[in-house]
Amino acid sequence: MKDLIKDIESRFEVSDYIQKLDHLAFVTVEKEQAIALVTYLRDYRKFTSLTLLTAVDWLEDGVFQLTYLLNNPSELTEIGVRVMIDRENASMESAHHLWENMMTYQRELREMFGIDFPGSPRINEDFILEGWGDLPPYRRDFDTKVYSEETYFPRPGRQSNDPATYMKSKMYPNE
Amino acid sequence: MDYSITKFLWTLLGLFIVTNWGMLMSSTMRRIGARVSGRIGIPWYQPWVDLVKLYSLRTQLTHGTMFYIGPVFRLMGGVGMFLFLPMVFGNPIWSNYSFSGDLVLILYFQFFGMLGMALGAGEGGQPYSAIGISRGLSQFTTIEVPMTLAVISIAIQYHTLSISEIVAAQQGGITTWTLWTNPLATAAAMLSLLGAFGHSPFNLVKAPNEIPIGPPTEFHGTFLGVLRTNSAILHVAEAALFMNLFFGGATSWFELIIKTFLIYFWSVFVGTVFPRFRIEQSVRWFLKVPTIIGILAIIIFL
Amino acid sequence: MNKHKFEDLDVDKFLAPENQKRSVIAPDGSIVEVDPLKDYFCQDRPEVLKPKNGPVEKFLNWARAESLWVLGFGTGCGSIEIPPLVTPRFDMYRYGVQMRPTPRQSNVFIISGYLSVKTLKRAIRSYEQMPSPKYIIALGSCTINGGMYWDSYNTINRLDHYMPVDVYIAGCMPRPEALLAGFGKLKELIKAGKAEKANEYAENFDWYKANQKKIIKDWNMPDYNW
Repeated sequence: MKDLIKDIESRFEVSDYIQKLDHLAFVTVEKEQAIALVTYLRDYRKFTSLTLLTAVDWLEDGVFQLTYLLNNPSELTEIGVRVMIDRENASMESAHHLWENMMTYQRELREMFGIDFPGSPRINEDFILEGWGDLPPYRRDFDTKVYSEETYFPRPGRQSNDPATYMKSKMYPNE
Repeated sequence: MDYSITKFLWTLLGLFIVTNWGMLMSSTMRRIGARVSGRIGIPWYQPWVDLVKLYSLRTQLTHGTMFYIGPVFRLMGGVGMFLFLPMVFGNPIWSNYSFSGDLVLILYFQFFGMLGMALGAGEGGQPYSAIGISRGLSQFTTIEVPMTLAVISIAIQYHTLSISEIVAAQQGGITTWTLWTNPLATAAAMLSLLGAFGHSPFNLVKAPNEIPIGPPTEFHGTFLGVLRTNSAILHVAEAALFMNLFFGGATSWFELIIKTFLIYFWSVFVGTVFPRFRIEQSVRWFLKVPTIIGILAIIIFL
Repeated sequence: MNKHKFEDLDVDKFLAPENQKRSVIAPDGSIVEVDPLKDYFCQDRPEVLKPKNGPVEKFLNWARAESLWVLGFGTGCGSIEIPPLVTPRFDMYRYGVQMRPTPRQSNVFIISGYLSVKTLKRAIRSYEQMPSPKYIIALGSCTINGGMYWDSYNTINRLDHYMPVDVYIAGCMPRPEALLAGFGKLKELIKAGKAEKANEYAENFDWYKANQKKIIKDWNMPDYNW
């Protein structure tokens, strides 16, 4: 794993690197180099299997973090390639030519986070939601509770408590 | 009263008895199947309640003329088989309208309902109906091969195509039954009977859980009620045909009830033991052992 | 960022290609206009069908109560509670309850748990294809007030705004015994002549349709699916 990271650092600009487990590491690279790194890992370092492509919404920093999680079946190692992309007009280079299932992950991110992948097949088709017209629901500035109350006729009379204060009042009423 | 009218009324009464016996038999068999899997099963009167409910639905819709005619054709297959089948031997009333060539006609009526069903279900437009029909027709074609061979063997043996004469030749104890005198033909026919009743190894026409229920997927309400009435009649008529051909016929309604029950039970007995075949397995199965037995049965009597 | 706004919603773009309006050249050379939504489906509104009078209806209701055919349609986590009903331990066949694989032959629709908007669309289609009289059993608290998915962006909160419900079974999840008790309650209602929710659906058809269309934004089916 150490050799691999050194090799990557000698070829690409790695801005951050975390070794989570012996066989699991995450590297953060610039947006322009990410697909090149993923291609390099697949073609020269035997990371032939795409485990997943996922996104995290860092609302406060104004970025989306994309993670390409790759698996090396022969050495049983995994590496995650992290990319930070701008939250405004979020767009990323498509990698559908590397794995067939990448297309589906990209469709999902397009629908749930609104991240565009220009050139990816069927990217603008509905994936799970049918005819969704609001903000993409996995964005953190989309308030799912308000949306649900406006849309789905909430039954009046539901009470909810803040778990911390409620449990405190139940279990330690004197403190 | 005119004899023909009296005869007609008696035949209607026979049809009524056969229908109810068929429904009671089907609920009993379902209860037996339930006991095998450790359940109690439906109440014995469930088929009648289902029928009343089906005939009393408030909305029904049709897909066209053939959609109406399909279940009627199917019912004609069952009723036609009953009409030309002597039920109780030696009784002119319960011999129905059997005549000297009735065996050929009855073999035709077996297939007739299937064809009507194919036309009606095809108009329903359900893709699963089409799959069920194609399976049903191809399977029934292969079922007919050993059954027809067995019937030809019997016709050669008794030199007649009249069921009444075949039954008459078998009177006089178990040693005169076709079961005893022509065991090969009986074996071929009893194996093809498994497919004709459509129980478990060969239930791939309706195939529950696989293609929802095949041809009757679109049928509901009265249409389904007619189909269920027909299946009650057809099961008894089919069992009575085999009783007449191979097991000495019946001299009373009581004997008929016992024998048809046992013949029907044979297919249920096999059905609770074996899982479902695929269509190509089923077709091959009928064209191998039962067909060879049927050919041997003919060669022996040539 | 939005793929399509609700305001400029054009129904036709949701239609599958085989359901689009088109012109077809007939064998004799003439051109025929085909509108599959109108030609292949019956769009008539449902009608209120009055019960028959007196003892006849009472007898028919008894038969309907003793022969409940359940549509094999599982919507949420509750669908795992239905298969145990056919096992020896619970054995619903004793009570005249049987499973049917097609909506055309079933009378009872069990909404088993949470309903996403996508599933609601299919559930409505299946419900409307069932022949009247038909009954709905709502299983689990998700159908009552949303349950633990009450603030989710794509599961409904109250089923009775979209489909008429006869019997609610509360719990998360109710056990199969509770489901059997629900069937018992439904039988009581039918025998008392109080299970006429299919007629209620027909009476308040516009209200139900408005609620359904509020959340099903890609409405690409006829208003009433026969």
